Amino acid sequence: MIVHAIFFYVFSIIAVISAIMVTVSKNTVHSVFFLILDFISISCLFIMIGAEFLGMIMLIVYVGAVAVLFLFVVMMLNVAQQKNQWFVSKDNSNHIPVGLIISSIIFFELIIVIGGWKYKPELSGASNSQSSYDISNTHSLGQILYTDYIHIFQISGMILLIAMIGAIVLTFRQREGVKKQSYIKQISRERSEGIEVLEVPSNKGVKIDD
Amino acid sequence: MEYLNIIFEETYKILFLLVPVLVSVAMIVWLDRRVWAFVQKRQGPNVVGPFGLLQSLADALKYIFKEIIIPASSNKIIFILAPIITMTLALIAWAVIPFSETYVLANINVGILYIFAVSSLGVYGIIMGGWASNSKYPFLGSIRSAAQMVSYEVSIGIIIINVLLCVGSLNLTDIVIAQENMWFVIPLFPMFVIFFISALAETNRPPFDLPEAEAELVAGYQTEYSGMMYAMFWLGEYANILLMCALGSILFLGGWLSPIDLYPFNLIPGAFWLIFKILFLFILFALVKAIVPRYRYDQLMRLGWKIFLPLSLTYVVLTASYLFYFNLLPTI
Repeated sequence: MIVHAIFFYVFSIIAVISAIMVTVSKNTVHSVFFLILDFISISCLFIMIGAEFLGMIMLIVYVGAVAVLFLFVVMMLNVAQQKNQWFVSKDNSNHIPVGLIISSIIFFELIIVIGGWKYKPELSGASNSQSSYDISNTHSLGQILYTDYIHIFQISGMILLIAMIGAIVLTFRQREGVKKQSYIKQISRERSEGIEVLEVPSNKGVKIDD
Repeated sequence: MEYLNIIFEETYKILFLLVPVLVSVAMIVWLDRRVWAFVQKRQGPNVVGPFGLLQSLADALKYIFKEIIIPASSNKIIFILAPIITMTLALIAWAVIPFSETYVLANINVGILYIFAVSSLGVYGIIMGGWASNSKYPFLGSIRSAAQMVSYEVSIGIIIINVLLCVGSLNLTDIVIAQENMWFVIPLFPMFVIFFISALAETNRPPFDLPEAEAELVAGYQTEYSGMMYAMFWLGEYANILLMCALGSILFLGGWLSPIDLYPFNLIPGAFWLIFKILFLFILFALVKAIVPRYRYDQLMRLGWKIFLPLSLTYVVLTASYLFYFNLLPTI
């Protein structure tokens, strides 16, 4: 399949280049746009290997929601104008060793995982799940997630919920003197509460309270 | 040679779909203005061509000959990219819309997810346009619009889950075939209403047209755009509205199925029924534009997050328990 190969290389080259551009580009908003391009090309790769459900979910969740929030934060913090050149300047070059250590750890983890999967396929549990081609991707994913791995799936959902509640609790503060509207109060206002008819004496006026 | 044939065939099919969509977008703009005018006891565009039908073509010609002005302090590449992205995304979603049991460009398994993903990407056209203009009103408009579209996508997603529970497949053709006995608008009527209102908010139509609220934000994210680039935003917007109408008629109104499965109605091809339903929904869109005043921003957010989201989630639980209790859950 030469067409398949051409598409694979096109998408992966775009993915790699945009991943590099995320770190290299000077404008932070441009970095986020390159990150989005990276997500999109990765989801194209997912669709090419037949994982269409994962690819679409990747588009919806990461590109449609998470990256929008990234963009919001980057635009709101006004870091767009700051030059993203920490690796050039001298004074904060202590980032580099930490970054190198983390990236080498991730690199070795990837080597171990891929090597184990390649040379000892019986180590990973993937071999015993029979993948049949007559049911669709979505059905088989659902059947595995909601039967064999239901507890892990539910627990990960709970962890996400707790993280969300935690973030809300940490940032929520009750401010003083905020005016709020109550819809029920507004709708159920009567004429007698809103309007008062007064006899106004001439040349004296009348005092009304607020 | 074989690949060339495939490419030609696919290009022919794509053109056969896209050209009608683009033409109907132009016609629908005329219809929109006409309905709006009739509600307000005006005539609307009625000068160019019979009944003013060629008004949109005249407008398009005007836009083409106008000068494109790119602000000096804008981010030029992103500024030009934004309308292109809006229009492309509005058009590629049409690839999976089934016009009849056989006539669909790409009958993919995850059709509904594809439409949902493409419509969630639509935010980027607006954010990029607003940010790249490097001006206050477009930026405020685009931020508003992004928040609005992201929040209403959530409720649309949950409404789609309701339908999918009754179908058991993500394929749009399967969704229509599952409605052969009863359109989903009958059992899921509250969801249809919420879908309609969310679709108004998702496509930035009045009463939810806050991104371009002309009284506060000049024209929102479109302020700095002119000529053909403005026209592309506008085309993309109307193509998106048509797409939302098509999605509504596929999810709830039975797609290409005829309302009554009897002799004279069966003869009309399915595509015509789908077009009638899309037009019906679009006229509702246009009526809402003419009748309802614009929402305030905090009320819009409250409606999305505090009313529609809990309501549609509750309805998911109701639908699932009903299907489970009466053993109606679809099997593969």
